[in-house]
Amino acid sequence: MKKDYKKTTLSNGLTVFLKEIHTAPLVSSWVWYRVGSKDETTGRTGISHWTEHMQFKGTPKFPAKILDKAVSRDGGFWNAFTYMDWTTYFETMPADKIDLALRLEADRMTNSLFPPREVASERTVIISEREGSENEPLFRLGEAITHAAFRVHPYHHEILGDKADLRTMTREDLYQHYKTYYVPNNAVMAVAGDFDTQSMLARIRELFEPIPAGATPPRLARHEPQQAGELTLNVEGPGETTYLQVAYRFPAASHPDFYALSVLDSLLAGPSSLNMFGGGISNRTSRLYRALVEKEFAVGVSGGAAATVDPYLYTFTLTVHPKRNPQEALAALDAEIARVREARVAKAEITRAIKQARAIFAYGSESITNQGFWMGYSEMFANYNWFLTYLDQLAAVTPADVQRVASATFRPQSRVVGTYLPTKAKETQ
Amino acid sequence: MIASRTQHATRSTSHSIPGPDDIHREVLPNGITVLSRANFNSPSVVISGTVTSGNLFEADDKLGLAGFACSGLMRGAAKRDMQQIYDALESVGAGFGYDSGAHTSGFSGRSLAEDLPLLLNVLSETIQFPAFPKDQVERLRAQLLTGLGIRAQDTSDMAGLIFDEILFEGHPYSRPDDGWPETIQAITRKDLRDFHRNTFGPRGMVIAVVGAVEPKRAVDLVQRALGGWKNPAQAERPEVPGQGPPRKTKRRVHKIAGKSQSDLVIGTIGPKRKDPEFLAASLGNSVLGQFGMMGRIGDVVREKSGLAYYASSSLSAGFGPGVWDVSAGVNPLNVQKAADLIVSELKRFVKDGVTKQELRDSQDNYVGRLPLSLESNGGVTGALLNIERYDLGLDYYREYAGKVRAVTRQEVQAAAAKFIDPQRLAIAIAGP
Repeated sequence: MKKDYKKTTLSNGLTVFLKEIHTAPLVSSWVWYRVGSKDETTGRTGISHWTEHMQFKGTPKFPAKILDKAVSRDGGFWNAFTYMDWTTYFETMPADKIDLALRLEADRMTNSLFPPREVASERTVIISEREGSENEPLFRLGEAITHAAFRVHPYHHEILGDKADLRTMTREDLYQHYKTYYVPNNAVMAVAGDFDTQSMLARIRELFEPIPAGATPPRLARHEPQQAGELTLNVEGPGETTYLQVAYRFPAASHPDFYALSVLDSLLAGPSSLNMFGGGISNRTSRLYRALVEKEFAVGVSGGAAATVDPYLYTFTLTVHPKRNPQEALAALDAEIARVREARVAKAEITRAIKQARAIFAYGSESITNQGFWMGYSEMFANYNWFLTYLDQLAAVTPADVQRVASATFRPQSRVVGTYLPTKAKETQ
Repeated sequence: MIASRTQHATRSTSHSIPGPDDIHREVLPNGITVLSRANFNSPSVVISGTVTSGNLFEADDKLGLAGFACSGLMRGAAKRDMQQIYDALESVGAGFGYDSGAHTSGFSGRSLAEDLPLLLNVLSETIQFPAFPKDQVERLRAQLLTGLGIRAQDTSDMAGLIFDEILFEGHPYSRPDDGWPETIQAITRKDLRDFHRNTFGPRGMVIAVVGAVEPKRAVDLVQRALGGWKNPAQAERPEVPGQGPPRKTKRRVHKIAGKSQSDLVIGTIGPKRKDPEFLAASLGNSVLGQFGMMGRIGDVVREKSGLAYYASSSLSAGFGPGVWDVSAGVNPLNVQKAADLIVSELKRFVKDGVTKQELRDSQDNYVGRLPLSLESNGGVTGALLNIERYDLGLDYYREYAGKVRAVTRQEVQAAAAKFIDPQRLAIAIAGP
């Protein structure tokens, strides 16, 4: 992977990444803040996500509707995401229109208004967003599992927050959160596309450097104690389909074992694509598809981890076959996990995983938006070099590494097993 | 400083949009149309295309047959079983699959450019010689039935399904693409084989190949893979009847117990893709429920009233009668309030049309977003298939800005008035 980018830090602490790509007349600009649901305390859950919504509600210079229309009028594509570790805002625009995005992001880094009327109307919008998610069995199961897995660490609550807090948080809470975390020294800017690095950097300096640095934002230091034994739970709800999720402790993305675990993920459940724009591939020849779906324990299986700052989870999700019960499906999964812990994988399986990763990287590189995304995203949990050396690091993984990390990760004592039991099926039994 | 890039940007814009000088189009002797365009910016390639199969060929008691057959194509062929087919694909990080629509069945895949022959080989084997092995058919049936169980619990899917039932009463479009549990149960292996034999063939087939491959070579590879395919039994494309809006507003509620949100769809019949009003209706729809944060609908339902996380309008136009609808996900207590707001916006839209500024905004958006929509190989294959499907002409995207800018407020209002009668809507609600 070519290292053709520029990294610099402005005098106020804002880190800037610039990467020229002249394949299409487009520029994608991303601003990442190191704040997410892991920075939230009880009573304020969901505040990072709500703050993200409020960032679309205007500044004196860019009132809500003006801002929204201006980006769309220029043919831009923009959005924002809140995660456990970060919040990000991006605009992908025709190259000659990107200045609007730069001005907008510089402005809302410090001048957002959080009008009380907008806070009130957004409260119900976000509650509605949560109610829409609650319609999904896998959302409800996933929330229960995460909550069981993290008693102490703030990864325990949903990014959307709990309804109890969404009903009670105030405009002042939100504004305070914004002022605490939205400071240039807590942000990374990543711009990729059809521009000239020198001119772009000059313009970014002009717009962003006047924003004063803030106090270093506080961090919660609540490490999760070691789990002492398997946890199991059931969630009951409407439906006809039984789901099983099995979540294991997984290291932070910056941990050296992440690469061997990525190979393991690829051969067990099919390669995960961490691309936000570019997608992955099917998993029909993965070990779990063959053992669970082809043998009719499940009608679908997937697995995956998230790249996080602190240790999080690797989760297998099984849609249980209607003719089976969840215990049978779990036993079949356990047999495959035992196999990967006990027997060394063939070198050919690793070679295959590397080729799969290379293809997924190529698909992601078609999109300038995705390239901008990676520069900032990798900085949130490790650094951009993590991304640039990813394929080389995978190539260095050995069969012994895979077996070692499988043994260390897939320990029954440190997992949470959750089952979604459909009430309709239960009633008719 | 940034403005200094404008000239460069303008120059590369004309190169980034496909046109007659860089789209290669060739019809093979057996009737397959091949479209190809090179893009060496990334070492990957995308193939995508259609055959004239689809849901319209299904009998009422075998609904879901087209989708079942499409999924079945990948479950084993004459020379290779399913695991061997997927092993070839997944070993090189390639992906390939089929899906079905009303009028066509589609396929799409992608790989590194070096693996394009492998991708075409999988297409060739699975589309011509599927085996529909008994064990795989049964496994697939269980998966489809599970999918229908999940659909039955999905408020958005069910609102859409009920909406089609009431809007298209008596028309083939009223039938659900995925069928019903009893129709999926009724489908036999013989049905799958017959459906494949009678509807899949090279006549009317279109394939687009875009990526790091020279177009001439792409055509040669397609010729090698599919040039020998013949199917004298291939049926003619069925005629699609027309459909008018309901005589008066029809409303249907579908209960799904235990859900925390309801989904709402309100709409009517829209234009066909080839209707002269299509572009004016599309721009009008952008003002109504797309532009910015979901247009006027988003503004009223989400921004001003805080009633929904999503509320937008859409225009779906194809070969047959289209659909023009508004959908929203709302708290069950707010369904009526949201429905009233949406209907009153539709009335305003039909009565007053759009303002000069609103039309200009959406025109700018349509023109400005074009390079982004054509950035990836997948985006360009979609554009090439669109050109072929609706006879748009190879210069369609190069001329697009002019066509968009030529639409007037009067044309938008005429399209709105022609298609939307606020007294004759279909309203579907699914929720607790």
